[in-house]
Amino acid sequence: MGKTLLKRLGLLLGTLLLVSVLAFAAFSVVPGDPAASVLGSEATQEQIDAFRARNGLDLPVWQRYGRWLAAFAAGDFGRSYKYDMTVAQLIGPKAGATLTLAALAFALIAAISLPLGLIAARRPGGAVDRAVTVLAQVAMSVPNFVMGIALMFLFALVLRWFRPEYVPPEEGLAAHLRFMLYPALAIALPKSAMTVKLLRGSILGELDQDYIRTAYSKGNSRGSALRRHVLRNAMIPVVTFLAMAIGDIMAGSIVVEQVFGVPGLGRILISSIGNRDYPVVQAIVVLLAAAVVGCNFLADLLYRVMDPRIERT
Amino acid sequence: MPKFIKRALLLLVAAAMLPASLYGCTGGTEPSQSPAASAQSGELPPEGNSVTVGIAQDLSNLDPQLAATAGIREVLFNIFEGLVKASPDGSLTPAVASDYEISEDRKTYTFTLREGVTFHSGEAVTVEDVVYSLKRCAGSENDGKPLVSAFSAVESIEAPDGRHVVITLKEPGLEFFNALTAPIIPEGSGPTITQTMTGTGPFRFVSYTPQDSLVAEKYDGYWDQEKAAKLDKVTFKIVPDVNAMVIGLKGGTLDLVVHLPNNLEGEVKDQFTIHRDTMKLVQALYLNNAVEPFDNELVRQAMYYAIDVDAIIDFVCGGAGVATGTSMYPAQKKYFMPELAQRYGQDVEKAKELLAQAGYPDGFEMTITAPSNYAQHMDTAQVIIEQLKAVGITAQLIPVEWSAWVSDVYKGRDYHSTVCSIAADDMTAREMLIRYTSGHDKNFIAFSDAEYDEAVADALAATDEQEQTRLYKRAEEILNERAASLWIQDLCDLAVVSPKLDGFTFYPTYVIDMSTVYYK
Amino acid sequence: MRRKNWYLTIGGALSACMLAFTAVGLVWTPYPPTAMSAADRNAPPCAAHPFGCDSLGRDVLSRTLEGAGSTLAIALAVLAVGAVCGLAVGALCGWYGGPADALVMRLCDAVAAFPSVLLALVVLALTGPGKYNVIGALGVLFIPSFARLTRGEFLKYRDRDFVKSARLMGVGDLRIVFVHILPNIWPTLLSGLTIGFNNAVLAEASMSYLGIGVSPTEPSLGYMLKDAQGVLFTLPWCTAFPALAVILLILGVGLVGEGIRERMGGTS
Repeated sequence: MGKTLLKRLGLLLGTLLLVSVLAFAAFSVVPGDPAASVLGSEATQEQIDAFRARNGLDLPVWQRYGRWLAAFAAGDFGRSYKYDMTVAQLIGPKAGATLTLAALAFALIAAISLPLGLIAARRPGGAVDRAVTVLAQVAMSVPNFVMGIALMFLFALVLRWFRPEYVPPEEGLAAHLRFMLYPALAIALPKSAMTVKLLRGSILGELDQDYIRTAYSKGNSRGSALRRHVLRNAMIPVVTFLAMAIGDIMAGSIVVEQVFGVPGLGRILISSIGNRDYPVVQAIVVLLAAAVVGCNFLADLLYRVMDPRIERT
Repeated sequence: MPKFIKRALLLLVAAAMLPASLYGCTGGTEPSQSPAASAQSGELPPEGNSVTVGIAQDLSNLDPQLAATAGIREVLFNIFEGLVKASPDGSLTPAVASDYEISEDRKTYTFTLREGVTFHSGEAVTVEDVVYSLKRCAGSENDGKPLVSAFSAVESIEAPDGRHVVITLKEPGLEFFNALTAPIIPEGSGPTITQTMTGTGPFRFVSYTPQDSLVAEKYDGYWDQEKAAKLDKVTFKIVPDVNAMVIGLKGGTLDLVVHLPNNLEGEVKDQFTIHRDTMKLVQALYLNNAVEPFDNELVRQAMYYAIDVDAIIDFVCGGAGVATGTSMYPAQKKYFMPELAQRYGQDVEKAKELLAQAGYPDGFEMTITAPSNYAQHMDTAQVIIEQLKAVGITAQLIPVEWSAWVSDVYKGRDYHSTVCSIAADDMTAREMLIRYTSGHDKNFIAFSDAEYDEAVADALAATDEQEQTRLYKRAEEILNERAASLWIQDLCDLAVVSPKLDGFTFYPTYVIDMSTVYYK
Repeated sequence: MRRKNWYLTIGGALSACMLAFTAVGLVWTPYPPTAMSAADRNAPPCAAHPFGCDSLGRDVLSRTLEGAGSTLAIALAVLAVGAVCGLAVGALCGWYGGPADALVMRLCDAVAAFPSVLLALVVLALTGPGKYNVIGALGVLFIPSFARLTRGEFLKYRDRDFVKSARLMGVGDLRIVFVHILPNIWPTLLSGLTIGFNNAVLAEASMSYLGIGVSPTEPSLGYMLKDAQGVLFTLPWCTAFPALAVILLILGVGLVGEGIRERMGGTS
């Protein structure tokens, strides 16, 4: 197991390296010169040359990549072309907001969907199952930003349960989380609906397997069969789905951030692409990728723990 | 019921209760935080004597003397002051200087430093600070290129004694005085000014978070106790999306928004006091005269005939904007020429004829770049696109971020056409007109016309006020005749102010003065 | 003894309605979707404008029709690209395994590591806006999720006894894949397909909501929703109808997927 783990960690780093190469290559073929974009047309050639030298833009791409990678590995994300600060200073607080939002959304998804999925699968076709499935079907049809608009409209503007203003964590963690709950809900509701649906389908699929029939024949009740045998196997596609969903949740946070005015990575990413502020974009892309790949790695581990059959191969 | 299901149910209920209990907190323990509640009790909001102002554009370069965009200037107005300062009636009143004298030949300006003016650091303003600041405006830290363009006329800046500063001009200038609103900053602070932001204004800079906010607090040592800030704290919240602006207003997180689009008035008018004016700027479809087909005057005129300015004003401003016809807005009463707005009425036939003459009988394709944070510009662009269809011109709208607009369009001049607006820094015609002379660094439309250059140059050199006004008006006419761009309107301006606040005042220039605002 | 399949009935009816609605939108709208009328600015729903008008006097029905049409077309194209490629890649990898599988999965991870909307954002920054660029960008991003899902299922069945015995009997790989394994994973895949459709519509709507890849002059549901967000109280119809269109579009297809899955589950 330890050796496999190491191998997979190596693969993870490889994946990230691939991501960073792809991103770096992409930004070096993009039309438009960051120097011109940042300095404006009034800049003299000397100013442009100085800018390019200062930011290493005069080097060939692979050398620039090497430099960037070495610095990045050492924790130095570079300096923003546009703003007079380091990338870390610029995106640090924003990354915190986005990650909090994503984590909160993820927790909500788990809290909502696992119990609901189990209940629905308990008696397929029953009233509860029907109700849950229909509800899930409707909820998953609502885009997260529409959900966000609806939550904002209802809870902030009509009921006034919260003020539609981002509360930074410095002003108290509780207040911060209380505000973040609404955008997190906007992301979580549609996503949990999908998870419920998948979990239910997966459990029912497992229940039809031979080994469950065997379990029945041994006198197990449906409930104990569910508990002892099914859940573990049924969770495999769900874990895969949730791991894949991390990316969607991140993307979801970035969209929903716009609805709720959360100063997260979304705005800075979009505007940095517009400004050709590539050190910022590069850092955000690689960091987000790292978060997603890391989660996938964890899912992979879980996957192995849950279904030992895979380990044999 | 089996234990397993029970546990699942419990979890579900817990999950459902989680939000409910949190709602409970919000409603139960902090009722005073809802704006409605504080309005009823007539007390200050729990945040104290502070106000949050929504602004639409990010402040990319805070250098007060460079202040590249009107959106930055209107905010920094509260933090920095010049020797003189704009007032709501359009005149200039002494600020850092207490008195001044202009020589008979209008070449020498002598300022007497006001006693008791201090920087936000607490240090008294000295003549050295003033000389340093003015020299910096003239380009001392920018390879001799003036940061404030009017300072190109300056011959020398000297301090004969510890109380006076003498500015001598190369040529007599009727309007130079207006440029002396340029901010005074501490000696030697230029290279770090965007961090320290030390000025002499009624508010003191506290912090700036890119894409989020600029916070300022009352400066207790302000020299004019009568005009000192009444609020303790002002947060300029950057809200680059007009919808978020409305939600912020309705949700009680924004207390004041200036320049809200007219279309959104209905959403906020029940909850807020609305002040109306025009914005003191010129919105236009600015055409890059350096690219095809806009290098052809016939094409530009054809387009001017193709659009219906009054309809645009109806759509975008509910009819409350004022058609300008040139690069001048009505608040500049001395120079404004309402008749120019009449020259190009919508005339599709004439437009087609001109296009055919220019060699584009079937029209052409073009792009309109517009800053997406300004709904007024986005709407105007969409109306124009519809109107241009009638003459076969297919325009595509490209929305861009504000900062990308500044660097690509305004500075980089890499665009076909753009809808935006240009404001003036002071009450001179110079501000609105000199930028369109050939080769001027702010001439982002690359307009070039010998007659125009001459008219503006003569106006600048004029020593007689009437003659100067006549020349400026001639320049305005040329911009209109040549259709340098499709001048549209001075937009209607909506200042949406919380009913708890009073004292908001419009200026004839593009500023938000927060020092006059107070809680009732 | 088959019960009536309500999902299929309701979903089918809903999808048919929405399909008809959007199909109409592709060929005919009551007004040109970009035409503005000063007299009808902010008009509430009425006989002439059943869905009302926006603040520029544009007919919301026409814009919703056209917006829904383009959303549907883009989503289907994205799904086609993503599902076909993903299925092929996932089946090959899951069946054969080996270093090629590892490599492809790493690539999939690399692609999937970007949140799809974000990667689309970056891709569109490179290629410029436009419908086909949106389809290409999103389509590629949909491959990994299908590939992973298919591969996971193949891994599960590869070593099952019935597959092993088929192999022992000398049944060809292709036959095992298509005849023995595919029918077993069909319900999961279908579920994945309906979810994929959801995601494609959502991604398109999210992107246009963020203002990426679409021009504000071309009606798109996402942009309409963004535009109307500030006028929720005064012009609720500008939000309600486009939102309803997105929701029903997804709901209908989702129900059909559920129905198909139920039927498959019932007969197997």
